[in-house]
Amino acid sequence: MKSVTKYIARLGAETMYFCAWYGRLGLFLLTSVIAVLKPPYKLQPVIKQIRFIGANSLYVIIFTGLFTGMVLALQGYYTLNKFGSVGFLGAAVSLSLIRELGPVLAALMVIGRAGSAICAEVGIMRNSEQIDALECMAIDPFRYLIAPKLLASLIAMPLLVCIFDVVGILGGYLVGVHLFDVSAGSYFQGMYKNVVWQDLEMGFVKSFVFGLLMVWISSARGFYLHLERDGGFGAQGVSRTTTKAVVMASVSVLVWDYLVSAIML
Amino acid sequence: MEFGLEQDRECIIELEDVRKSFDSQTVLDGVNLKIPAGTTTVIVGASGQGKSVILKHMLGLLKPDSGQVKVFGHDLISCSKAEMREIRSSFGVLFQNVALFDSMSVYDNVALPLRERTHIKEKEIRVAVEEKLALMGLEGQEKKFPAQLSGGMKKRVGLARALMLDPKVVFFDEPTTGLDVNKSNEIYRLFYKTQKQLNYTAVIVSHDVPKIFKLSDYVALMAEARLHGPLSPEAFQLSNDPLIRSFVLETMGPIYSSETEESLLYETF
Repeated sequence: MKSVTKYIARLGAETMYFCAWYGRLGLFLLTSVIAVLKPPYKLQPVIKQIRFIGANSLYVIIFTGLFTGMVLALQGYYTLNKFGSVGFLGAAVSLSLIRELGPVLAALMVIGRAGSAICAEVGIMRNSEQIDALECMAIDPFRYLIAPKLLASLIAMPLLVCIFDVVGILGGYLVGVHLFDVSAGSYFQGMYKNVVWQDLEMGFVKSFVFGLLMVWISSARGFYLHLERDGGFGAQGVSRTTTKAVVMASVSVLVWDYLVSAIML
Repeated sequence: MEFGLEQDRECIIELEDVRKSFDSQTVLDGVNLKIPAGTTTVIVGASGQGKSVILKHMLGLLKPDSGQVKVFGHDLISCSKAEMREIRSSFGVLFQNVALFDSMSVYDNVALPLRERTHIKEKEIRVAVEEKLALMGLEGQEKKFPAQLSGGMKKRVGLARALMLDPKVVFFDEPTTGLDVNKSNEIYRLFYKTQKQLNYTAVIVSHDVPKIFKLSDYVALMAEARLHGPLSPEAFQLSNDPLIRSFVLETMGPIYSSETEESLLYETF
């Protein structure tokens, strides 16, 4: 009987913890969006963050995009060749990239590179009382710290996804046309005929949603580091929380990828 | 009004029966304190007694479980975010670990309050920052990052940042912790000088006894989750409160009452 009561108490405590945590996450997003919309608008911090999230992620995006396109063409050629329809290679590569792999893989790369850095930066600021210092100076940490990151991510992520898609399509072209002798005309013609505006729209919506998820989860986990159940103290606390943020953001991207696809199909 | 406080001065900070617990540990158990404008109130006590917790309540960084924290007549628990920002715009804070923005240079750290809270031009900001840094004896250190500074220099940068917007109240959380005697004296000298100049109300949390008494108008002891005092430094040293008496004996040895005795006390260390 005692163990049942203990179990129920633990279940209740867990439920309350998760409700509080997700409630806090929701309020964090709301406050951040209000901070983005509220004047005065400062351009310089946003540009700095676009550089950090966007421009500094270019190499990893180009590299990943190139090899994703190449492997798609490699696997696509193998499959399509079985049905004698290698002419669809361009369409297969571009549709896979634009609708699905471009936004998802670009987001996962940016989460690994910038999301982890954002969580660690905000977390260290929380641990070393820098966020308290901002509050005591009557500087809103949401406006000063989070809003530029959120806005920059919403601008940079769709651009990074576009670059990922273009480089991926070129990678597919390199493998399909130069390695397997698919004609360049049929590669691009297949793409031109089969890719429609709705495909681009889906890719754009996904990149926008993933950009939001990346900054939201990474910065919220860092911001509420002191409220972590297992203690967010010290270097280990920051590293643990950063890992959690990256995992949570990556999983959320995959979940939301399905949801957006299901809604928009 | 507690014994020793000046009746005619306006109290800008008032703590009424403030209680705060962390899990099962009671840190504040009915704390009462009134801080008159233009004075220096020092909260002393052993480590881990909740001195910084009191300070965080005054700053609105922690909310009490019960009781009231009033600053400039506003109850910090019920005030809106905008009101809180308005109240905090009169604050300057020197944190125990200074809390400088470690990815910013000294210049940017000190310039931040001006850049974020005023609309003045960068040219004027430069003049103001250079003036404050010169006051703190930090000329030529503008481009350095906090990690490149010594403990004493960090405290001085923190003080420069805290005083940048001429605050009405300045909070000092252990301002001399980790500093040697000379560096501590330097911080006290700067505190004395800037308070004379800017006439701010100071709240200092410290365990640098008896040195800190020289700078204070009122002293209160934090012990057993309660605040004992505030009293004038002289009254504090002669108090019959058993906790204050025990603290004075532990930290200062036999009670001294004259400058000669005080200097003798220093010489023994």
